[in-house]
Amino acid sequence: MFKKFSKEDIHSRSNVKSSIQRTLKSKLVSQYPALELVIDELIPKKSHIELIKCEDKIQLYSVDGEVLFFQKFDELIPSLRLVHKFPEAYPTVQVDRGAIKFVLSGANIMCPGLTSAGAKLPDSPGLEKDTIVVINAENKENALAIGKLLMSTEDIKKINKGHGVEMIHHLGDPLWTFSIE
Amino acid sequence: MSGLKEVIYCEVCSYPPDYCEFSGKLKRCKKWLNETHPDLYAKLYGDSGDDEVTNLGKKLVESSIGEERENKLEADLLKLQKREENKEQRELAKKLSSKVIIKREARTKRKFIVAIQGLEVFEIDMKKLAKTFASKFATGCSVSKNAEKKEEIVIQGDVIESVESYIQQLLAEKGLQDVKVEVIDTKKKKKPTTNSTESK
Repeated sequence: MFKKFSKEDIHSRSNVKSSIQRTLKSKLVSQYPALELVIDELIPKKSHIELIKCEDKIQLYSVDGEVLFFQKFDELIPSLRLVHKFPEAYPTVQVDRGAIKFVLSGANIMCPGLTSAGAKLPDSPGLEKDTIVVINAENKENALAIGKLLMSTEDIKKINKGHGVEMIHHLGDPLWTFSIE
Repeated sequence: MSGLKEVIYCEVCSYPPDYCEFSGKLKRCKKWLNETHPDLYAKLYGDSGDDEVTNLGKKLVESSIGEERENKLEADLLKLQKREENKEQRELAKKLSSKVIIKREARTKRKFIVAIQGLEVFEIDMKKLAKTFASKFATGCSVSKNAEKKEEIVIQGDVIESVESYIQQLLAEKGLQDVKVEVIDTKKKKKPTTNSTESK
C-alpha cells in the first residue's frame, strides 16, 4: 500500500475538529478495545490532529506531528509507531527468522513463514480473513509490519501454501520514513 | 502511570534496534547503540562485544530455522550490508564531487537576483530554505526551475555574500565542509564606474 509514497501524493491537509476527534477516538477504541486504557495518553485531549488526504483515497491521521494511524475505506489501521507504543492491543502473528528479510523489503507473507517452528499463530478459533494483524518476528521484541489476513488463520494452518498476509505497512517503507514538518 | 511503551529507534537506520541487523547498516548501528544505550547493546549482541564466535553460537541456539538456512541468511545479510556500504560511499562521493553554484544576475539598473543551484543533492529542503532566506533578508525568495529543469532558489536583492556564508555554515553543519561553493558574479559591482565618474 505504501510501496510508493512521497510528498507529492499528499492532496490536502486539514486540522481535525475536536468533535470529530472524539468520534475518531471512540472508533479506534471500538476497533481495538484494549486501547481504551491508554487512548487518552496516545491522543491527549488537547492534541493537534491533522488529517492528511493522499492519493488512492488513503487518509493519514497525524497526532502532534506523528502519523499514528491511517485509513483506507473505512477501517482504521494503526501505524507501526503506534503499535510499538502499545503492542498488546492488536491481534498478532509471528513469522520465523528467515522471513524477516523479505518482510522488510515489502513482500506479502507466505503461509510457511507463519507456520514453521519459529512462527506463531493464534490458537483456534483464530482470526478471520481480512483482519488487520500486527506482524512480529521470532526472537524480536517489536513489531516489524502490519498486514491484512488473506485467509483465516485456521486456513493458513490447514492449507499452508501461498500468500497468507497482505503487506500494508512495514519498517522502512515510505510511510515509516515519512515525516511532517 | 503510563501504560505506553517507549521504544528506542536506532538513529542510523530508524528501525527499533532489534532489526538493525536487517538494515544493512549493522556496523554503524552497533556503534551507535553501544555509545548511546550500552545496556541494550549488551542484551542484543552479547556482553563481549566483538566476540563473534560466542555470538554466532548463541544465535544458532535461538534460531529455529536450521543451521543451513541460518547460514544462508547470514550470507545474504552480509551481502546486503556490503551493498548498502557501497551505496553510501557512492552517495558520499557524489555529494563531495558536486558543487553549489551561487549566481548573481542583474535585473534592471541597480537590481539583482541571486540564484542558488545544486543544493538538492545534500538533502536540503529547498522550499524551507527559501522561506528562511525570505525572512532572513526580508525579501522575496522562491524555488523555481531553471533552464536545465533543475530546481534553484531565487532570491531578490543583492545578498550574495551573506548567502554564501550561510550556505557554507549549513554545509559545515552537515559535515560537508569540503563541498565546493562556487560564486559567479555575472556583473561586476558598479563601484569602478562610480569612481570613474567621480574622477571626471
